[in-house]
Amino acid sequence: MLGVREYTRVSEIRGPLLVVEGVSRVAYDEIVEVELPSGEKRRGRVLEVNRNVAVVQVFEGTTGVTTTGTRVRFLGKPLEIPVSEDMLGRIFNGLGEPIDGGPQVEAEERRDVNGAPLNPAERDYPEDFIQTGVSAIDGMNTLVRGQKLPIFSGSGLPHNVLAAQIARQATVRGEAEEFAVIFAAIGIKYDDYLFFRKFFEETGALNKVAMFVNLADEPAMIRLITPRAALTLAEYLAYERDMHVLVILTDMTNYAEALREISAAREEVPGRQGYPGYLYSDLASIYERAGRVKGKKGSITQMPILTMPNDDITHPIPDLTGYITEGQIVLSRELHNRGIYPPINVLMSLSRLMKEGIGPGKTREDHAAVSNQLYAAYSRGVELRSLAAVVGEESLSEVDRKYLKFADEFERRFLSQGVRENRTIEETLDLGWEVLSILPEEELTNIKEELIRKYHPKYRGRP
Amino acid sequence: MPVKGRIVRISGPLVVAEGMRGVQMYEMVRVGHEGLIGEVTRIRGDEAYIQVYESTSGLRPGEPVEGTGAPLSVELGPGLLGRIYDGVQRPLPEIAEAIARTAPHRRMFVERGVNVPALDRERKWTFHPGDPDTGKTLRPGDKVGPGDVLGWVQETSIITHKIMVPPGVRGRLKSIAPEGDYTVTDVIAEVESDGEVREVHMMHRWPVRVPRPYRVKLDPTEPLITGMRIIDTFFPMAKGGTGAIPGGFGTGKTVTLHSLAQWSAARVVIYIGCGERGNEMTEVLIRFPEYKDPWTGKPLMDRTILIANTSNMPVAAREASIYVGITLAEYYRDMGYDVLLVADSTSRWAEALREIAGRLEEMPAEEGYPSYLASRLAEFYERAGRVEALGSPERLGSVTVVGAVSPPGGDFTEPVTSHTKRFIRVFWALDTKLAYSRHYPAINWIISYSAYVDLVEEWWHKNVDPRWRSYRDEAMEVLMREDELQEIVRLVGTESLEERDKLILDTARLIKDGFLKQNAFDPIDAFSPPEKQFKLLQMILDYYKKARELVEKGATVAQIREAVGRLYVEMAKAKFEVPNDRLDQIDELRARVLKALEGLEARLG
Repeated sequence: MLGVREYTRVSEIRGPLLVVEGVSRVAYDEIVEVELPSGEKRRGRVLEVNRNVAVVQVFEGTTGVTTTGTRVRFLGKPLEIPVSEDMLGRIFNGLGEPIDGGPQVEAEERRDVNGAPLNPAERDYPEDFIQTGVSAIDGMNTLVRGQKLPIFSGSGLPHNVLAAQIARQATVRGEAEEFAVIFAAIGIKYDDYLFFRKFFEETGALNKVAMFVNLADEPAMIRLITPRAALTLAEYLAYERDMHVLVILTDMTNYAEALREISAAREEVPGRQGYPGYLYSDLASIYERAGRVKGKKGSITQMPILTMPNDDITHPIPDLTGYITEGQIVLSRELHNRGIYPPINVLMSLSRLMKEGIGPGKTREDHAAVSNQLYAAYSRGVELRSLAAVVGEESLSEVDRKYLKFADEFERRFLSQGVRENRTIEETLDLGWEVLSILPEEELTNIKEELIRKYHPKYRGRP
Repeated sequence: MPVKGRIVRISGPLVVAEGMRGVQMYEMVRVGHEGLIGEVTRIRGDEAYIQVYESTSGLRPGEPVEGTGAPLSVELGPGLLGRIYDGVQRPLPEIAEAIARTAPHRRMFVERGVNVPALDRERKWTFHPGDPDTGKTLRPGDKVGPGDVLGWVQETSIITHKIMVPPGVRGRLKSIAPEGDYTVTDVIAEVESDGEVREVHMMHRWPVRVPRPYRVKLDPTEPLITGMRIIDTFFPMAKGGTGAIPGGFGTGKTVTLHSLAQWSAARVVIYIGCGERGNEMTEVLIRFPEYKDPWTGKPLMDRTILIANTSNMPVAAREASIYVGITLAEYYRDMGYDVLLVADSTSRWAEALREIAGRLEEMPAEEGYPSYLASRLAEFYERAGRVEALGSPERLGSVTVVGAVSPPGGDFTEPVTSHTKRFIRVFWALDTKLAYSRHYPAINWIISYSAYVDLVEEWWHKNVDPRWRSYRDEAMEVLMREDELQEIVRLVGTESLEERDKLILDTARLIKDGFLKQNAFDPIDAFSPPEKQFKLLQMILDYYKKARELVEKGATVAQIREAVGRLYVEMAKAKFEVPNDRLDQIDELRARVLKALEGLEARLG
């Protein structure tokens, strides 16, 4: 790469974009420093080069930038952040600079925030069961180490509380080692940020946590960098320092919105609902930075949080996310309004890597069967509930009425739990059997006979 | 003389170069100092618009662009099976090795500018002259043409790789190598035509966007057995057929495609991960060598080629990966094999088209997709088919294409799904509601269809049971009727239905639980042989027919359920409780069920 070059011919300012003319040898994706006449410095990067014209995206926005007297310096390198183990316990802004009043980071290495795609042939398949202590997740949507499992939420739902509970309780059984947590706040409200900061301080976890914070009132363009900076550190810790890293990205909806803004400013042909056609690829370049690698001890587990606009799961942001991530945990406003915590809609939730993390030697031999049966029975119960609302319970058969009872008990006993309640997987599965035993035994068509004999409360000498 | 120009503009994966006069449309070019691979997609004056298959980060105007004089091509020869390639046929393990040589701690990442040939140039293969099936041997002086089998190589434990005269080479055989060990670039034969001698190697190149020639295309007649009950029995695929499997996220597209790749009766499987998850390719890569091919008992990877352009890899290569895959499929078809090509997902490929078209500032059609989306889809699916291959000895081969579609919001009216429907003959529609209740495979039996039912009927009647079609149609009728009844149930509940209709609901539930639902991860249930499929269906429907008789004689469904008791659950569980080599147990269960019903009949008088 070349050294620093400075130009002053700004010909156009449009949204967050600057058009600079008369440049030479500017590289695509190169990082830029913009100096205003007042001496204020901002950063940006090159989005397009056409002969002697460069289009520059300014992270901090173009408010106050003028076409005269502005100096644009091309720094001859892509955006890099320093990475080091010492970054744990620290708080950074969205570009990876410390904002906690502490010293500058002594870099062990500087890395390009964009990262590089993992070679599928070098990946190792995630299969270590993470016990989160939350029944709806452990029992029915099991998380494994190296998975990317988002929480699809809505505004006002307790996704932060759930994410914090998971971060606090997550363990891999048989291993003492805790997760290092990297928390990327992408355009979130100050009180959400405070919630997480206080939570990490109170649990004494702060020295295993690094926070990258871009608040709602800070420049939107930085949101495009924040998750990448966080993941760059995560990759370093996982693959160079053998750590198991849990990355929480919140809120990805704000990220996608920033991307739409820049796309509109560039006058690109929009895809669905004004989001750029490359939203899928762009989100993938973030979510795919999770996983395990052959020959490396560490791993990156991702838990992105996104609020679905109008609770609509078919909105492009949750929709494209669901196509990339390995499942989703969906929160339900209806359950929340009925006072159920965690309000996880298990029917809409899914963990694609569950099958690898469960079973004999990992959790218990009946795990898959219990989970399948709970799903089948609860979905039937919910269906019958809406039917009963129309035709009345008395028009249902006796067995159907048992399904109604099952659905209620499932929500009340299996799904509901305390914010500080940490259930083992055995407790979760036994609870599953208990609620299933409400149904007649011949309704348990998803479970093999021998497992029923072994685990059904009726055969275990219980009431 | 290859064209030499220089970069003037860079915008994402699109690079514009000037001084490119003489470059061909779709010519492969090398871009920048690192020689990144690109393809010319538009020419204007002396400017070429190039889609670049690697990250363009850091490229600058002024850097060189060089033509290669040839379109984007793949290498065809022994050594393809068992490999994993990226979207432009670079072997991924070798990329990791190459990176590890200079930067060991970066080996897990795919970095750009790494050039590794698709086929190993060092490896020696034992070449045997002659056709492996007929023993027919060509000798110097014989007239040869494209597709004639010169000899063979044992490529893997299951696949004998035929070395054929490449398309376009014709004349008299001047020499042919004796049995021995050769690399893919050693001369294996010489063909003389009009005084000109062409060397033939075990490897040749073929441009990916050009379909490989064949003698004649035939109608599919044989089913491609997949071991999935809902597919084989209700919506069968044929060897050489085309199918699409659309579904929102979480509906089980990938699991279904993996099952297809794992169990189907194809000889060679090409699996294209096009813009999908990295872990899914890793799963195939790690599991397939452990799994056995159900038809030969050999490691599954010995019949499989993987093409991986995951969602975070450069978008332009996603566009190419589909063509790379189908060209490999055609190559094995030409040897006389039944090839299954699985593309997951064609929507990501279409999105890659859209992204490139957007950068080229082309006029968009529906939802920003370019107007040529439909014709590109048609071209792709038309490369499927059962054919009589070129050359001698005569042989039949087929390419079956199954493409996943990922409709935004699960909406089947969106452009990729609706255009795809025009060009395929099997439609396996995945249903979000079924998936939510964990009814897998979540193939909706009301809106799915297969145009091959009539074609494969004969095969089933000859090989399994002559009553197959009537049982299948009757089961379908029960399911259709149940769907109608559900509408009524939503208004009045189940209790007020007539007994006859209650029996329909009861039977439909048994068909769903005991037949349609299939657990891809259960050791017994994952693969259901055709005989088992038939016997299960026969058992359920014989129960239904007898029960219907009783209902007509005044019995209630409650009485019937009481009479069969636990046998009902046994019928529902037979799919995974009865081992695939003990199918007599299903017959026995069926007899017990019928006996129980006869007992009820006797009691009713």
